[in-house]
Amino acid sequence: MRIHITLDGQSVITREGDMLVDVAASNGVYIPTLCYVRGKPCLGTCRTCSVRVNGNIMAACTIPVSDGMEVEVNEPEVTDMRKALVELLFSEGNHNCPSCEKSGRCELQAVGYEVGMMVSRFPYKFTPRTRDYASNALWLERDRCIFCQRCVEMIRDKETGQKIFSIESRGTQATIEIDVELANRMPPEQVREAAELCPVGCIIEKSLGFNDPIGKRKFEIKSIRERALERVDK
Amino acid sequence: MSDSTVTEIFSHELPATPWDPAKKEIERAKIQVAMIGLCGCWGCNLSLLDIDEAILGLLEKVTITRASFTDLKRIPHRCAIGFIEGGVANEENIEVLEHYRENCDILISVGACAVWGGTPAMRNMIPLEECLSEAYIDSPTAVPGAKKVIPFHQDIPKITTRVYPCHEVVKMDYFIPGCPPDGAAILKVLDDLVNGREVDLPKAINRYD
Repeated sequence: MRIHITLDGQSVITREGDMLVDVAASNGVYIPTLCYVRGKPCLGTCRTCSVRVNGNIMAACTIPVSDGMEVEVNEPEVTDMRKALVELLFSEGNHNCPSCEKSGRCELQAVGYEVGMMVSRFPYKFTPRTRDYASNALWLERDRCIFCQRCVEMIRDKETGQKIFSIESRGTQATIEIDVELANRMPPEQVREAAELCPVGCIIEKSLGFNDPIGKRKFEIKSIRERALERVDK
Repeated sequence: MSDSTVTEIFSHELPATPWDPAKKEIERAKIQVAMIGLCGCWGCNLSLLDIDEAILGLLEKVTITRASFTDLKRIPHRCAIGFIEGGVANEENIEVLEHYRENCDILISVGACAVWGGTPAMRNMIPLEECLSEAYIDSPTAVPGAKKVIPFHQDIPKITTRVYPCHEVVKMDYFIPGCPPDGAAILKVLDDLVNGREVDLPKAINRYD
């Protein structure tokens, strides 16, 4: 069913039930995302896509559009709130871009640029975390995990459908874990898929890194905004 | 730190060639800029030199006082702008940063180390005792048979327990991330300030690595 919504004051005709984040992109309005993967069930974990819907703050990747919906994306207070959410991620983990293999193809970094982050307004925590090298083809740099749960939900054992990645404990104690036995059964293309699916540099493919020179890396060739806006199915 | 039995002469107290008065007047009329490196690798200062010939046009409007380029050891008079590279990792860094805050109207964190601690802050995840022990006691590159000593002397600044971003020590006005930031990014911020525009670092030249 065709419906009308208001997007930053502009009237937009769209299809009922489509995800707000996609509708916005189709109409040229970029909403930053970190956990959301277009076409996959929403996770709603990172909240980076928070916008104001009918006066309330909601994650745009979790909201199907409905008739008459009033959406504010680029309103200053909401924009600053999204920026604060990204800054929180940078101060909670140890995101040392200069020494990270994922730099230049990291979604968190790319979103940081999009929201205009120069520094985090929150104190940097420098929490010590241990790395996990146990599996054959992958290692976990836990400093960088933002608990988006993309790997937990979307990477599963080909035979049994069991989860390979999981999150253990809760709150500040939470850690990303890998089932070594299942991980060692992952075919090479699934290993690559897991490493690329990770929006930060937490899941890293062993023996790979710094392959593309500065200036020719993923988000330097085409920004995350351009990539989000071009996946449009009008 | 100071010991009354030792006579200390600081380099800025040593006799220096006086300025040509006419030249001094011209320079004093310009916008005064100071720079310093704290706990960093000096790459951000080098990045400033990467603005190449653009510095010539800029030098008609600004003059550089205390900086590695001028080798002045103290800020000679009040400055409009101070660029700080590097984070705070020892007592001397604190003293220098406070000196800059007291003598500069606008203070800018330049580079990852100043902005959040950067590479030196990797030691924040490890207890200081362990860091010093790895460096001086159990160092894999220690000379066999040499006496194992953690350097400690009144002339060596005391190391802080952890590495701090500049804005956790004094108020910082602007931030230029990057390791190092592009020369163009530093130039853009300086140019905005010199020409009285609101500082705006476009995302095209903002980077964290």
